[in-house]
Amino acid sequence: MSDKDNKNKEINEFLNKSYEYGFTTEIESETIPPGLDEDVVTLISKMKNEPEFLLKWRLKAFRHWKKMPQPDWAKLSIDPIDYQAISYFSKPKQDDGPKSLDEVDPKLLETYEKLGIPLHERAKLAGVAVDAVFDSVSVVTTFKDKLAEAGVIFCSFSEAAIDYPELIEKYLGTVVPIKDNYFAALNSAVFSDGTFVYIPKGVRCPMELSTYFRINEAKTGQFERTLIVAEEESYVSYLEGCTAPMRDENQLHAAVVELVAHKNAEIKYSTVQNWYPGDEEGKGGIYNFVTKRGDCKGENSKISWTQIETGSAITWKYPSCILRGDNSTGEFHSIALTNNLQQADTGTKMIHLGKDTKSKIISKGISAKSSQNTYRGQVTMSKGAKNSRNFTQCDSLLIGSSAGAHTFPSIDVMNSSSILEHEATTSKIADEQLFYCMQRGISEEDAIGLIVSGFCKEVLNELPMEFAVEARALLQVNLEGAIG
Amino acid sequence: MSNILSIKDLYVDVGDTSIVNGLNLKISSGETHAIMGPNGSGKSTLAKAIAGHPDYKIQSGKITYMGNDLSALSIEERSNLGVFLGFQYPIEIPGLSNTAFLKAAINAKRKYHGMDELSASEFLVDLKEKSKMMDIEQSFLSRGVNEGFSGGEKKRNEILQMLMLEPTLSILDETDSGLDIDSMKVVASGVNAFRNKKTASLIITHYERLLNYITPDYVHVFHDGAIIKTGDIQLAKDLEERGYEWLTNP
Ligand SMILES: Nc1ncnc2c1ncn2[C@@H]1O[C@H](COP(=O)(O)OP(=O)(O)OP(=O)(O)O)[C@@H](O)[C@H]1O
Ligand SMILES: [Mg+2]
Repeated sequence: MSDKDNKNKEINEFLNKSYEYGFTTEIESETIPPGLDEDVVTLISKMKNEPEFLLKWRLKAFRHWKKMPQPDWAKLSIDPIDYQAISYFSKPKQDDGPKSLDEVDPKLLETYEKLGIPLHERAKLAGVAVDAVFDSVSVVTTFKDKLAEAGVIFCSFSEAAIDYPELIEKYLGTVVPIKDNYFAALNSAVFSDGTFVYIPKGVRCPMELSTYFRINEAKTGQFERTLIVAEEESYVSYLEGCTAPMRDENQLHAAVVELVAHKNAEIKYSTVQNWYPGDEEGKGGIYNFVTKRGDCKGENSKISWTQIETGSAITWKYPSCILRGDNSTGEFHSIALTNNLQQADTGTKMIHLGKDTKSKIISKGISAKSSQNTYRGQVTMSKGAKNSRNFTQCDSLLIGSSAGAHTFPSIDVMNSSSILEHEATTSKIADEQLFYCMQRGISEEDAIGLIVSGFCKEVLNELPMEFAVEARALLQVNLEGAIG
Repeated sequence: MSNILSIKDLYVDVGDTSIVNGLNLKISSGETHAIMGPNGSGKSTLAKAIAGHPDYKIQSGKITYMGNDLSALSIEERSNLGVFLGFQYPIEIPGLSNTAFLKAAINAKRKYHGMDELSASEFLVDLKEKSKMMDIEQSFLSRGVNEGFSGGEKKRNEILQMLMLEPTLSILDETDSGLDIDSMKVVASGVNAFRNKKTASLIITHYERLLNYITPDYVHVFHDGAIIKTGDIQLAKDLEERGYEWLTNP
């Protein structure tokens, strides 16, 4: 069979299953027993040979977290999480990191194979570097040499803490402070690993950077930490995509992502999220509580978030931009799809501080069955943000009659020269649209997929080509059984 | 000449109302039939019943298409077997490009018949040629299906879809309504290009004008859900002059 046939077969199999990634790789791992106290935080830091400042920072976060109450959001119904029942560290057992793909545990490679990302093939795919995160520890990083040539740093957070401590110390927690919120504080205390990206001045990153996350260990919370710094006049596009194995118990994922864009720099951050959403009765599934924020620090800088959220039982996530530099731009493009009993509460915050700053928000929510889909957004025009503009468009698409779509835009304007525009629509997939498609020979399921991808077009267009294809497939898979 | 469509003593309900009442019609390959009739007489209802719209329920009677009892076939199967309906009111599907939609439709049909997907280049060459024939600009093809199209553009787009899908039986529901004279000629040329020994058309119209470009073999007058008179093009001319009164209220 040719590669193409293989690929087609994979795609078909993918489309034919409701959730295929429900397997666990049997691999020896070192796991800290469940529970959380200062000793555990210290142990995590020690196991990773972290510099002293980082341990102090973690402990500070932990002490703060202990004092915080878990937030309670009106639109989400959440079973209480027992933080002492979670294990805060797990790493695949391997002495020293692998030097090449040949040295990687074949079981791991097999896992990626099942996920549809055969590394050796991906590696060949022009322009895509993969820093695959297996559970909590980075296992393989490809294309490092090419990136190094350009002066780009793209490595696991743990490596960065050892190799570039001054950069980490300078930027960590500057965008999302320790005390920002409950989950950010928890993440700061116990984060396991993640990704660090540094683009030097004047460099256009020669390829898309992409990381696949995967939760593998039973009862292992996932606390990723991502930090991307783009120096003046630089550009980077970063992609994150994930799937998780099937579990009966809810798993917590509380990641923190910080982006810093200096003068004239641009960061594009795209996410395709397909974690296990739980079964039709709402059993199992990932709790996805993520804090993502970008700081448009310099003049003319730009940060754009694009997210395709199809998975997780509960999603709570507001990728935001602080538009500090004059004339800086923040964008948020989002597709959130919920089915069965999923709950998504997502949106963005655009905080305009500099003058002539611009932000654009395009949110597409699709809700099927008994799911609840909420857009929550905030646009703040501070006193100094003269002549700033915001455009917000929130569209909801309902499939069936028991799903819910909610929109909570909030606006705070403290100057008189800023302009805000807001558009919102709610529509349903009309029976006549389905009939039209079916009269042209298209099955009902495919018709729903086509109509939904049409509805999401503006956001899908923001994704790099190969991921747009994947995202369409994801939408289709997650809509299976949405009607009837 | 073989039998393409045969309708026997058909009754169709919408909700609790019987709209088609005892209709009989036979269409053979190579034939073009026109149906004319007053507003609300059930013409579109008949068209949708043939296409399998779930709101239009067959109470009794039988529709046979190329030897198949249509009631046993799903909407998409009927389409894949060659039944095409040009809609009186084509619906918009925002964001889904005409090109992507057509490609999905063509490949669905090919898949149904056990054929491989059409290559992108073959598809585009065919699409370019046919859209030119329908006087549809390339830029329209990347717009959403019928999204923001004018009335006339929607109708030409229906004929483009018909030409691309190459059906056996084409039912055109008032494809000529709202067209300017030039568009009418374009639509007529599309329909004529589709005509051959193997295909058949059922053209629902209010105006004799279209029939001057597409000479039908039969003209049927529809009233209260049944055919009350059948003739040739001369019947259409008489209707144009005298209206329906003389037939419905003799
Ligand atoms: N979905 C529906 N729900 C309720 N009534 C309907 C529906 N579809 C058709 N009807 C009714 O059935 C009757 C016939 O309608 P139909 O659309 O078939 O007429 P037509 O002959 O195509 O008319 P026109 O020339 O105006 O297009 C009308 O009285 C119409 O109101
Ligand atoms: Mg009609």
